[in-house]
Amino acid sequence: MAEAALGAGEPLRLGLLGSPNSGKTTLFNALTGLRARVGNYPGVTVERREGHTVVDGQDLLLIDLPGTYSLTPISADEAVVSRLLAGEIADVPTPEGLVMTVDACSLERSLLLVAQALRLRRPLCVVLTMMDELQARGGSLDVARLADALGVPVVGVVGHRGLGLEGLRRLLPRLDTWNRPVLLPPQEPAELKGWIESVLESAVRNRPGSHALTEAVDRVVLHPLWGSLLFAVTMVLFFQLIFSWATPAMDAITAGMKVLALAVRTALPAGLLSDFLTDGIIAGVGSVVIFLPQIVLLFTVLYLLEDVGYMARAAFVVDRLMGRIGLEGRAFVSLLSSYACAVPGIMATRSIPSPRQRLITILVAPLMTCSARLPVYALLIGAFVPAQKVLGPLGLQGLALMALYLLGSLSALVVAAVLNRTLTGGGSLPFYLELPPYRRPPLKLVTTQVWGSARAFLRRAGTIILAASVVLWALLSFPKVEAPAGLPASQNARYALEHSAAGRMGHAVEPAIAPLGFDWKIGVGLVASLAAREVIVATLGQIYATAQGDAVSLRTAVQSDVDPRTGKKIFTPATVASLLVFFVFALQCTSTLAIMRRETNSWRWPAFAFSYLLALAYTASFLTHHLVAAWWT
Amino acid sequence: MSSTLSLAELPDGDSGVVVELGVDGPLRQRLMDLGFLPGTAVTPVRRAPLGDPHVYLLRGTRLCLRKSEARNIRVRRCG
Repeated sequence: MAEAALGAGEPLRLGLLGSPNSGKTTLFNALTGLRARVGNYPGVTVERREGHTVVDGQDLLLIDLPGTYSLTPISADEAVVSRLLAGEIADVPTPEGLVMTVDACSLERSLLLVAQALRLRRPLCVVLTMMDELQARGGSLDVARLADALGVPVVGVVGHRGLGLEGLRRLLPRLDTWNRPVLLPPQEPAELKGWIESVLESAVRNRPGSHALTEAVDRVVLHPLWGSLLFAVTMVLFFQLIFSWATPAMDAITAGMKVLALAVRTALPAGLLSDFLTDGIIAGVGSVVIFLPQIVLLFTVLYLLEDVGYMARAAFVVDRLMGRIGLEGRAFVSLLSSYACAVPGIMATRSIPSPRQRLITILVAPLMTCSARLPVYALLIGAFVPAQKVLGPLGLQGLALMALYLLGSLSALVVAAVLNRTLTGGGSLPFYLELPPYRRPPLKLVTTQVWGSARAFLRRAGTIILAASVVLWALLSFPKVEAPAGLPASQNARYALEHSAAGRMGHAVEPAIAPLGFDWKIGVGLVASLAAREVIVATLGQIYATAQGDAVSLRTAVQSDVDPRTGKKIFTPATVASLLVFFVFALQCTSTLAIMRRETNSWRWPAFAFSYLLALAYTASFLTHHLVAAWWT
Repeated sequence: MSSTLSLAELPDGDSGVVVELGVDGPLRQRLMDLGFLPGTAVTPVRRAPLGDPHVYLLRGTRLCLRKSEARNIRVRRCG
């Protein structure tokens, strides 16, 4: 019987409403398990999460509404909740009932949102979370009397332990049995305050005491000296984690892909199919999977810090600095992560509530020196900057590298400040931030959240990255031109590359990039580096017909390359400096463009970021080339 | 009735009661949604290491506001 009813009929739609830190996500995961579907609402950057659960043969669709303190929106993104509840979002049917999570320890504040929800005149059920914490803090309340006072059903749960969930689940499908309030809460501020006090008076036996642990920990964590030190140490560790601790896993993935490609090459006859599978598909899949270690590590740490309560404190500590460039504390973590890779960095902007600040952070994230630039910097600095010591133990090469990092970071700050003055719309929010009590992070929730982020990345950005890799492979491989008979075998790869579509593009852009000091070979490298910046090293390796991965021989080849027409060196100091500066600015990274598309829900912003960064790169390289050329002669 | 001061001027550890919000429009609505209803008790707890923003105890929660927002909230000092 139950199975027959399972497929029958439309699911009952329930909206899950609640303020940030009210235990909404924990409840959503506890009710729906891992089966959440993640997407975007049309036209805005708000994440849309829905999940199913079946109770007594009734299919329930739970819609996890974005966490909010108010149903009166002050930005387009916030308006999602009120528009959805009013049935104004196309293709998203209005929920038939509302389930609202309320932190039992902060009823005094939460009842403000409850009052707004009651005034919607929809079937509403209040779920009191953190009942265990309420008790631990010496508080107690009468759930039945609270239900009477509000006029709607109230259920107490401890989400992460599953207590009270069974009762809630049984209640969910029976909307018709939910009580409706006789009188709606008042709207006028003084009356509203009175209403909250009367509800508390009839239901709360004891108010919870202050969270003693939070008081004690905050005295250290927010201390002017210790707090700043802790912040610095946390951020250094965090940076280390994604920058170097992800490397073994990433190297393993690279090695695994090489082994796989080799196996395919030996199994299949040499030819187009073998090339397509190895250089196209396997390399493409590899360029997606390579991000997973960083994404998983970053989000594990982010969610742990978030769920334990530190993330809000970190944002609080650094807010003043970020405020100087028109951003807020929460943007710091994104920008820091972008030093490892802009892809997880941009994904981390989801914690920024203001859509405008989030957009600005996304747009400047690619300026932070990501790890993909390092192989390029290493090749060029290694080949052209003398390995001499200056200023005691400091080497010239290290200083050059540091200068490139500084140039990127400072530009990000300047661009953020400029965008903050010039960008209109997007809806700016006043800054406010709640410091939740310190809580032990529910590990199951962290795992679910990390898995959700990784899956979202693979699905939404992975497909675009894979497609782009295959297109670039095709550009670098077609048309196939036979090398002339007399050419030495070592030159075959270079010849094929020069006559491929990408090679022709390299020649075609040569007039445009000549003012920067680049020849067609660098042009091909720049085209190829659109897949990922470090690809230019491999491409130059093919052009200079050196063994792939052999950095020393490539370095020598690049150093001694001369222009056949003029007999002058290709890589002059001016060209090297100009190329380095180009890499500081240009957004040559399909993955970043793909994740920008996913996070901003339109191609408009990736297109804007690509163009402004290209313009910056071109201008800066042009100036660098001419300044260095003038200086050196 | 004693004179009022802005929430940004209230010293740490002192308690105040919200008297009025000196701002209109969306910010006024949002401050009230966050709990700053007239008559509500509020206590500044501590400031960030760099001086701004500030943590306030309000309706059982710890809420951070920057000076620029806290200036709009008039409070009456009490004890």
